[in-house]
Amino acid sequence: MKTDTIAAIATAISESGIGIIRVSGEDAVIIADKIYRNSKHKKSLLKYDSHTIHYGFIVEEDETIVDEVMISVMMAPRSYTTENTVEINCHGGILMMRKILELILKAGARIAEPGEFTKRAFLNGRIDLSKAEAVMDIIQAKNEFALQSSVKQLEGSVSNKIKNLRQEILYEIAFIESALDDPEHISLEGYHDRLTVKANHIINELGKLLDSADNGKILKEGICTVIVGKPNAGKSSLLNLLIGEEKAIVTDIAGTTRDALEEFINLDGITLNIFDTAGIRNTDDQVEKIGVERARRISSDADLILYVVDASTQFDESDEDIIRMIQDKKSIILLNKSDLDEVVDEKFILDKIKKISNRDNVYRIIKTSAKEDKGIEMLTDSIKEMFFHGSISYNDEIYITNMRHKEEIRDAKESMLQVVNSLEMDMPEDFYSIDLMSAYSSLGMIIGEEVGDDLVNEIFSKFCMGK
Amino acid sequence: MSEIREKVDVCVVGAGHAGCEAALACARLGLETVIFTVSVDSIALMPCNPNVGGTSKGHLVREIDALGGEMGKNIDKTFIQSKMLNKSKGPAVHSLRAQADKADYSRAMRKVLENQEHLTIKQAEVCELIWETFDSFSESDCIATKKITGVKTFTGAVYECKAVILCTGTYLKARCLCGEAITYTGPNGLQAANHLTDSLLDLGIEIQRFKTGTPARMDGNTIDYSKMEEQFGDERVVPFSFSTNPEDVQIDQASCWLTYTNEKTHEIIRANLDRSPIYAGIIEGTGPRYCPSIEDKVVKFADKERHQVFIEPEGLHTNEMYVGGMSSSLPEDVQLAMYRTVPGLENCKIVRNAYAIEYDCINPRQLYPTLEFKDVKGLFSGGQFNGSSGYEEAAAQGLIAGMNAALTIFGKETIVLDRSQAYIGVLIDDLVTKDNLEPYRMMTSRAEYRLLLRQDNADLRLRKIGYEIGLVPKEVYEATVRKKQLIDEEIERLKNTVIGAAKENQEFLISHGSAALKTAATLAELMCRPELSYEILSEIDLNRKLLPDDVIEQVEIEVKYEGYIERQYRQVEQYKKMEKKRIPADLDYHDISSLRLEARQKLIAYKPVSVGQASRISGVSPADISVLLVYLEHYNMHNK
Repeated sequence: MKTDTIAAIATAISESGIGIIRVSGEDAVIIADKIYRNSKHKKSLLKYDSHTIHYGFIVEEDETIVDEVMISVMMAPRSYTTENTVEINCHGGILMMRKILELILKAGARIAEPGEFTKRAFLNGRIDLSKAEAVMDIIQAKNEFALQSSVKQLEGSVSNKIKNLRQEILYEIAFIESALDDPEHISLEGYHDRLTVKANHIINELGKLLDSADNGKILKEGICTVIVGKPNAGKSSLLNLLIGEEKAIVTDIAGTTRDALEEFINLDGITLNIFDTAGIRNTDDQVEKIGVERARRISSDADLILYVVDASTQFDESDEDIIRMIQDKKSIILLNKSDLDEVVDEKFILDKIKKISNRDNVYRIIKTSAKEDKGIEMLTDSIKEMFFHGSISYNDEIYITNMRHKEEIRDAKESMLQVVNSLEMDMPEDFYSIDLMSAYSSLGMIIGEEVGDDLVNEIFSKFCMGK
Repeated sequence: MSEIREKVDVCVVGAGHAGCEAALACARLGLETVIFTVSVDSIALMPCNPNVGGTSKGHLVREIDALGGEMGKNIDKTFIQSKMLNKSKGPAVHSLRAQADKADYSRAMRKVLENQEHLTIKQAEVCELIWETFDSFSESDCIATKKITGVKTFTGAVYECKAVILCTGTYLKARCLCGEAITYTGPNGLQAANHLTDSLLDLGIEIQRFKTGTPARMDGNTIDYSKMEEQFGDERVVPFSFSTNPEDVQIDQASCWLTYTNEKTHEIIRANLDRSPIYAGIIEGTGPRYCPSIEDKVVKFADKERHQVFIEPEGLHTNEMYVGGMSSSLPEDVQLAMYRTVPGLENCKIVRNAYAIEYDCINPRQLYPTLEFKDVKGLFSGGQFNGSSGYEEAAAQGLIAGMNAALTIFGKETIVLDRSQAYIGVLIDDLVTKDNLEPYRMMTSRAEYRLLLRQDNADLRLRKIGYEIGLVPKEVYEATVRKKQLIDEEIERLKNTVIGAAKENQEFLISHGSAALKTAATLAELMCRPELSYEILSEIDLNRKLLPDDVIEQVEIEVKYEGYIERQYRQVEQYKKMEKKRIPADLDYHDISSLRLEARQKLIAYKPVSVGQASRISGVSPADISVLLVYLEHYNMHNK
């Protein structure tokens, strides 16, 4: 059973500097103490005075050291939330902060809802009443964002998987409940064994999801970077250079990439979630048309656009189209094929952009030659620069959402293990239907679906009941 | 011409299962009460199935009894067969169901009403509610702008009163459909109430239309029972009422019979669907999915080769048999053809046709959980009028509406049972909080804390409340307190009695298929083993006191399922936190701009009384709840 102690990463998530993980609530110190060891592996966090800061280590369950940290203890009521609070200052870096937060959650805290520290600070009288309006706006805004990013970031296959698992679970609950509600029509004979098989299958599937969550596959974390350009401008070649392998099919036939390709690349610790898209042009080819449409859609969600211009061919309507499409996006323009005769140059592009859109979000124009591996270094440097100067950033909420999803999957798995346990103990059906329900609602949190009247509807639609 | 003008405390409109409980509660608390019915002969009528209880409904009856209601006692006096359902499953879903002698049930209840002090029965149709409006009301927690002052009957008689409880069942603008034949009557051919709806609309109450249906009744002499399976009652009958002596209910029981529909039946139905008023679109009302007509079953579950049909006696003084599972609104000729395809019914004669009934009822979100209308002070309602279905659901609401009408008149704090206290709490909370698009039926799956809300412990949960209100006599309450004490002492003893690993103990365990002890264990720990029970352990439990069966039952359940029960208690704690945060009735949601539009509209429509209730309204998100909490804090500080 989780306490009502909450935890979250309190600083912006970036690769540089110090990161702070904040834990707040009655058991904050007790929970943090479970994963903290001081230099002598002795003194307990519980014995430190309030408002002191200490050097030490965060350890895993098997006592291996995860990170060297400074940890501060603030006892109620003298803290931001007025609750017992622990702040762990770690070495930053997404992986490190994630790891520590995960350990804290395992130790018994739950991940904070969007805006929850602020909410608690307010409810506990820490924030002036006149700020109520602002507090409410923050909560709603953060939440809207989390919801949007949650749905947007959840990979299609993962969300389908979760939906299917939920459906399977719901069917079992509905079956049990209809048999309990209408024992004269529906019998549970032999059901124990059937459910055991089913439950183990679901546990297995949830385990797989958890594993893939660790590989960052549940949520597309990172800077959403989209490569756009006309057909055969060299987008796929660029992607290949960036990832260092031949993922995209490169040919000299315009329109080869018909769908958006997606890759994760890591530029010195900055994760880019990078999409190669179909070339944008007016086309009658049905398949290609779909690809173009998708490119537009993905571009609208991008954090960063890499616009590849074929410097060796004439600027045309399609290029103008693209400029309109990306006008309010941060972008880098790549004058590709600079090894060939240059038809389009830097000045020409800038003039065009000025004419078509009034906004200027172009960070830099770089001459590249995908063929000769020219300009790639400058491109990666530019991206890093943009990141460290804050003109592009990771989305905290997305990252947090991912963490929350993992928690929910873990909870669902726990509930299913409880089901199997009850089955082994030969408990009556109505006992494990409760755990099935918790698993169902945990998974529902991930895809943003309420439990509501699902069960009653399922019962009536799948089983013929009643007098 | 001078009309009759009387002054009473409470008027109850309708004498069905809700009306009876409501009227008895008020009268028993000392209020002068009049109960109106269109026919005195139809008090506590059971126009549909001849039983009381069943899964989750049995829980309701137990709870009604624990609170001081009448339904449990009345069925104990008049049942002809009884069964505990789900006995092989967990204790939380055990449920009592009894076959009633319908006529006896009705007569017995009428007698209780007639002999109740302060209660008057009046055969009359109430046509009009009388109310006054007021500009401002002194209590800040009241948003009502109207106040009920009396009722007027069809004959013009006026009864001034302090509270009205509407329990009109399925009578308002009722019409019955049997194929193409439509009659404008209430159930069983009784007179419909055609005037009151207009008065309700005048009062600003939102009305909706629901439907339900009932199967045919057969002449028992025309049924061939040799082709059916006989269904017996339990050998040892458990009474519904905690006050009934178990020895008094060990009677000779009547049998029910089981048979099945077949492909022939389904063919006839399918061939005549166009003549069904529902499929032809003549019926406007929404019916309950739980009680589907046989047409519905055949259409929706086309792959099912047969459906069960239960033949149940309507009573001991009649040959009429109820055909459970085959309610229908098909025309008379189709009905007869269809019933006659069922084994045992080949030569059956129909006494009363099956029919569907449509009626006016309210959208219950207009009610507080006390079952008082939010906009009309002193106006309460219960039963099918509130959009529920079933005798037990009706009685439960009637009892709560009656209690709260009385408490309001006395100026005392009203009673709201929450979802962790009783099925009644779940029932009423669902009615006033959720979008109810069909007649609401209680189901065990609707109760999230059902391990705590068992039918066996309704007295332990609710007797105290009934006693404090004044509906449960002191000696009855004290008996419950003693029972609780015995349970606690025995559990304590089991937890502290250590069984050592002595040879005879090990042999005992092994002989019962249980693993030998590695170290000593308490009796309570041993009881948690699936293969052992309180009774089995008597052999090695030498200092055991002789305890009543109902005490042992509680001890067994609480020890065996302790872990699960503990978990539910913790969930309840979380739940109660939000229930305790009250929302002032005059809160203006337009002021809270951070709420999403959908949430704001829903909150304005439902006017929840607590943050907990708000969180259960569909369309209100957790973030909206956070916003609401922040706003309430702000609001409370400013209004202190």
